[in-house]
Amino acid sequence: MDWDYAPAPESSAIAGIRDRYLPFVNGEFVEGNGADLDTINPGRAERLATVSTTTAEDVDRAVAAARRAYQRVWSRMSGAERGKYLFRIARGIAERSRELAVVETLDNGKPIKETRDFDVPTAAQHFFYHAGWADKLQHLGLGPAPAALGVAGQVIPWNFPLLMASWKIAPALAAGNTVVIKPAETTPLSILVLAEIIADADLPPGVVNIVTGAGDVGEALVTHPGIDKVAFTGSTAVGRRIQHQLAGTGRKLTLELGGKGANIVFDDAAQDQAIEGIVNGIFFNQGQVCCAGSRLLVQESIAEEFTDRLKDRVETLRVGDPLDKNTDVGAINSAAQLGRIKDLVAAGAAEGADLWSSSCPLPSNGYYLSPTIFTSATPSMRISREEIFGPVLTTLTFRTPEEALSKANNSAYGLSAGVWTEKGSRAMGMAAGLRAGVIWDNTFNRFDPAASFGGYKESGFGREGGPSGLAAYLETDDEAVLGGSRSRTAKDEGATL
Amino acid sequence: MSTATTRARAESAVVEPSPALPAHLADATTDESSLRRFLLGLPGVDPVGIEQRAAGLATRSIKRESKLAAIDLAISMVDLTTLEGADTVGKVRNLSRKAMLPDPDHPDTPRTAAVCVYPDLAAVAVDELRGSGVKVASVATMFPSGRSSLEVKLADARLAVDAGADEVDMVIDRGAFLSGRFGQVFEQIRAIKEVCGPARLKVILETGELATYDNVRRASWLALLAGGDFIKTSTGKVSPAATLPVTHVMLQAVKDWKAQTGEQRAVKPAGGIRTSKDAIRYLVAVKEVAGVEWLDPHYFRFGASSVLNDLIMQRRTQLEGHYSGPDYVTVD
Repeated sequence: MDWDYAPAPESSAIAGIRDRYLPFVNGEFVEGNGADLDTINPGRAERLATVSTTTAEDVDRAVAAARRAYQRVWSRMSGAERGKYLFRIARGIAERSRELAVVETLDNGKPIKETRDFDVPTAAQHFFYHAGWADKLQHLGLGPAPAALGVAGQVIPWNFPLLMASWKIAPALAAGNTVVIKPAETTPLSILVLAEIIADADLPPGVVNIVTGAGDVGEALVTHPGIDKVAFTGSTAVGRRIQHQLAGTGRKLTLELGGKGANIVFDDAAQDQAIEGIVNGIFFNQGQVCCAGSRLLVQESIAEEFTDRLKDRVETLRVGDPLDKNTDVGAINSAAQLGRIKDLVAAGAAEGADLWSSSCPLPSNGYYLSPTIFTSATPSMRISREEIFGPVLTTLTFRTPEEALSKANNSAYGLSAGVWTEKGSRAMGMAAGLRAGVIWDNTFNRFDPAASFGGYKESGFGREGGPSGLAAYLETDDEAVLGGSRSRTAKDEGATL
Repeated sequence: MSTATTRARAESAVVEPSPALPAHLADATTDESSLRRFLLGLPGVDPVGIEQRAAGLATRSIKRESKLAAIDLAISMVDLTTLEGADTVGKVRNLSRKAMLPDPDHPDTPRTAAVCVYPDLAAVAVDELRGSGVKVASVATMFPSGRSSLEVKLADARLAVDAGADEVDMVIDRGAFLSGRFGQVFEQIRAIKEVCGPARLKVILETGELATYDNVRRASWLALLAGGDFIKTSTGKVSPAATLPVTHVMLQAVKDWKAQTGEQRAVKPAGGIRTSKDAIRYLVAVKEVAGVEWLDPHYFRFGASSVLNDLIMQRRTQLEGHYSGPDYVTVD
């Protein structure tokens, strides 16, 4: 019998999308001085709403508002009081979770089941978690009285718009800073709905300011002399530029950049669950995840069977309308991004890797790509080295743990890695030798506000989440903090299996 | 086969390779130690991962026409069961009539797949169901504990087959399995399968007593290697009975079996499935873990009785647009 599920679309009306959205400065939604920008629904390739964008002048105003709020209100408030605001925002996110999930899906193209079950709940968790720290900063292990830095300038990407906003705003506020934040130009809506929640929480004007626009606005923000701290999540190229621009200014900087995560599967792994983890690692959010497990390393003894089973599983992924509750893989965020992914896929095929993609039907409108796997890729191919940022997996094989380690570490990046083995000592040995900020053991893409997240090498520096994430927003006893990270590096170098 | 040889075979646990199997699987059953090596060498099952996957699939949204199709499919997969000490001829007759006409007000409701009873009542069901296409299944081998000698178990199975049962549901010796005597379990399944003749053999693993997913996978492979036509989760007398993650492991086992042998075997979760929503979640797992070719009463069954009335009520709700409640469904 051939039984298929009927479409189960979530109503787009729940989002209450308005025709025009305004930036949020000094507690008010105000007209920006920049040109209006259309934001596109990538699931249908059609205009969703218009957003008023800002200019360097508006950034000045936002930074000035943040400075005023910092000096007059936020830095004078007790931690317990700040925590109350954060709890209120967290509850606001939970209360409007369904609306936020639909807004995010419409604006970003990711499937509703991911926004509903992951993005929005995790965003709320970040506020809840950091609310708890706001009055306990002296217990972080960062000295007796860590102090706020001042005004934080933050720039976030389009792959997790609401989550990245929460992930950056919550620790900054908990630590006592005020914020000017810029969302990506393709996904500005969910943070502007978050701004309504923030306004409803009666947060003092100027504590959180949202400026909209493209890279030029981001540049005006991160180079603004009134900023004490810059936090950027995005591409390595932009991150490198920001680091150049900030060099010598004494401003604190954290960069969370690209990645080319390795998923290492040993022959004794629980294979069916390893396959689930690999699917989750590369097809979650259409692979547009900086810590995606985009390089699969399989032990040669099981490689052939394992890849067959993996293809079998990928074939069952349902690609389609992001608003359908049964969709596993949604739309690529923009036409430009789809073009970049397709270019890299073409490069892989031209360089001689075996290209396989799922036979699932794709919607006719919108930006979609079938889940794709390259087998017999070699480490010298572009698809093995460059971040593709799409639903494209490359597979390599290895014979020994040492070989797996050297292949996994043979990357300009170092954000994430996964190890799949039933042998605990091997998992621990690999984790000690892998040069990556996050290493998942028998799982992948699991996030928690209490766990720190960040990279090695071209994946950036600094950590977000947990006590070390808060340290990035505080004036601390640097010797204690840096001493800890230095000893970890030394241990990694000397690690053996 | 004389009692003495049966016992000797069971104890030595040396068995002949099945001619139908590919070499690597046939080799696995040449003696106790190769069987042991094979079963212990199967890839492990990660409990966190399997439970996460099962929970993820359970969030599939099934609406409208696909829901009605799923309900009809689920009804056609039910093994309508009564396994009580208090079972009577009358009770089995009522149940058999219900299997043939689940909802008298909606005669287009599909018939159930089978009626499942104790061996001494199998003949009653055979009489009632003759010509209907509804199969008669009978539990045997000292159901539900399985604690007796092989002779007694064989005699019990013979009773069911002689009464005309189309399907025999046996329980494995969990004590032997848990103490690592895989050969003994294997041989008992083989011996019962021989007694079954043309009847299909359902091997009940009693997964609630096997404790780990690794054991569920090993027991599934053991039953498939020994010739079981179905692998079945539970007797329904032990808690936990069927669960979604356990059924995922078993569906994966039959899928792998097919990939390696070309032969399609069947799965039956039993016990603990009470609502249409539960049943539909199992169908989603069948479709996405094993594949659409298992969406067929020949390859998938529900061992449940209470779920049938809920399916009928939900079916009526779909057709009539309102919920009328349990008073409109026969209790039998």
